Amino acid sequence: MEHGSGGRATGELIREIFESQFDSDVLSEMEDAAVVPGDATIAMTTDSFVVTPLEFPGGDIGRLCICGTVNDLCMRGATPKYITCGFILEEGADIPTLRRIVKSMADIAKEAGVKIVAGDTKVIEGNGGIYINTAGVGFVSKSVDIKAKNAKPGDAIIVSGNVGDHHAAILSQRMNIKNSIESDNAPLQDMVTALIQEEIPVHVLRDVTRGGLGTVLKELAMASRLSFCIEQEKLPVTPQVQSFCGLLGLDPLYMGNEGKLVAIVPEEYAAKAVEIIRSCKYGENACIIGKICAPKKDTDAGTLIMNTEIGGQRYLDILQGEGLPRIC
Amino acid sequence: MEIAELVDFLRNYDGKPIRLMEVCGSHTHAIAKHGIRGLLSDKIELLSGPGCPVCVTPTAYIDKLIELSLQENTTVVTFGDLLRVPGSEESLNAAKGRGGSVEMVYSPMDVLQLAKDNPYRIYVFAAVGFETTAPVYTLLLDQAVEQGLYNIRLLTALKTMPGAISYLCDNGARIDGFIAPGHVSAVTGADYFNDLAKKYQIPFAVSGFGAKELVVAIYGLVQMVINGDSSVKNFYTSVVEQDKNPVIEMQINKYFEAADVAWRGMGIIPGSGLLLKDDYKQFDAGSMGLDVDNKKNKACRCGEILMGKAKPSDCPLFGTACTPSNPAGACMVSEEGACNSVYLSKN
Repeated sequence: MEHGSGGRATGELIREIFESQFDSDVLSEMEDAAVVPGDATIAMTTDSFVVTPLEFPGGDIGRLCICGTVNDLCMRGATPKYITCGFILEEGADIPTLRRIVKSMADIAKEAGVKIVAGDTKVIEGNGGIYINTAGVGFVSKSVDIKAKNAKPGDAIIVSGNVGDHHAAILSQRMNIKNSIESDNAPLQDMVTALIQEEIPVHVLRDVTRGGLGTVLKELAMASRLSFCIEQEKLPVTPQVQSFCGLLGLDPLYMGNEGKLVAIVPEEYAAKAVEIIRSCKYGENACIIGKICAPKKDTDAGTLIMNTEIGGQRYLDILQGEGLPRIC
Repeated sequence: MEIAELVDFLRNYDGKPIRLMEVCGSHTHAIAKHGIRGLLSDKIELLSGPGCPVCVTPTAYIDKLIELSLQENTTVVTFGDLLRVPGSEESLNAAKGRGGSVEMVYSPMDVLQLAKDNPYRIYVFAAVGFETTAPVYTLLLDQAVEQGLYNIRLLTALKTMPGAISYLCDNGARIDGFIAPGHVSAVTGADYFNDLAKKYQIPFAVSGFGAKELVVAIYGLVQMVINGDSSVKNFYTSVVEQDKNPVIEMQINKYFEAADVAWRGMGIIPGSGLLLKDDYKQFDAGSMGLDVDNKKNKACRCGEILMGKAKPSDCPLFGTACTPSNPAGACMVSEEGACNSVYLSKN
């Protein structure tokens, strides 16, 4: 508890674990607030991370919190710049684990080109849990206008890679099932920057996190009052995740991801957009999975329909029920 | 015949109307997932029978789970689906919100670790299910006994299929053929349904869960109906044998015995459930006599829907006061529920 007192132990904790890793001149000033340069339109976001276990195949809570915040900013076409992080440590939190988490944050922040400029630590009673809250700031150029309501009839729906990996990796770890599935948690800023630089007129971007692809697409369909139509046979799912889902009765469409985006672009730009995403570090399995139609009747507005492999149709809704708690 | 030809036949069928019922929640879910309803002619109707474990569980069972979750030093452990099923007043989820101790798990075996870690706490597993799930609970009991974990209890709502099918046939459900449950048949063997087929002169088709497997079984069943063939045909031979699995039967008989139990909307059906035997009653959390079915919203027609007497769309609550996000009846809760399936198929 002493580490949260605000006294000497707190100072040691901050210097030894956080400051040494984050290597940020703004943070090192140890002022009450970070003052950073910038004169563009800003995008802001915040998120909290409570995942269990703290470390899992393919990532940990540190990598997850940076990627999650970076990706939220990217989905409005912003270039992520600054991140703050607040740690809530339960008494008994393992210090070597905390060190690894902080190093992981520092490494991925560097890769994503963001600076960690402010932080806070609190210690509470408990059983060694570690929770992180982040806030992020990015800059948006004037010509960029990416939001859910911009979807248009005729647009193509692109997903940047295989779905379900993060959810399956976390669940495998919790259930002690040995397999080769790893979390996909990754920062997507290079993908988004590349799309914008190559002048793809992106209408909508959305991070496919909790609730899965099905939930995200249904929410976008409802926001735009259009009819989204996807093809079951085009959904990218690895055979490992597919079999894992088969065993547990899960649907990859409703499983969480931490490094995938949905891009909605005019059909004539779709092939080029896929090519660009595929050339990025985390986008090699990107593909077009469907298109957007104008609703033929009122009841079609806001629907998400999947054409099944056998020629049937399935109406998809947002995720119902519990899903999987504490996945991110 | 190619699958496309079978689909063509089913899509263009124009003979006498045929009503087929599946009595397995996983079939209900698979039919919605693959969009099978949309492949069939209007003359072929698919009904979802009492095959979803949470749908057939009476409110008294949910109320008992809630009572246990609020008891000192007691945690209810359950699959996610059960959390949102309405009891007579509230769901387990609502009880959790006001302090009930409830843990969601993916496997009953997870309760072993919980019980080991907290030896002074009682863990009650909500043991719902059919012939397929009962064997898993026997493995849990094996381990509880072996490891001396006497802080584990089961609140059972275990049901067996033949009693319910008889009840439907005896009580005026107009059904021309049954899609026999694939998972249940894997445990019991396809011959399990022979007596019912003979007694009620109704065909049974044992089916798998893939889109093509379902199309093949439905096509086969339609042919049987057309030809007046009231036998049991196994279209899931990769998994289902004709005869029962003797090891599983022995395991079930070790812990459980047949009992008269209540089904939501249908009442008590003789010999249609499994309760723990006297030798293992110390593991029971009070499963006997949970028969009362006292729905909060009296307009809900789950019971008739499960019996094939009403369609989900016949219920005044369907799609308005009762939706997957806010279910009034049990059939709307799970992806295996009749109303949920139809809601998502938009048929």
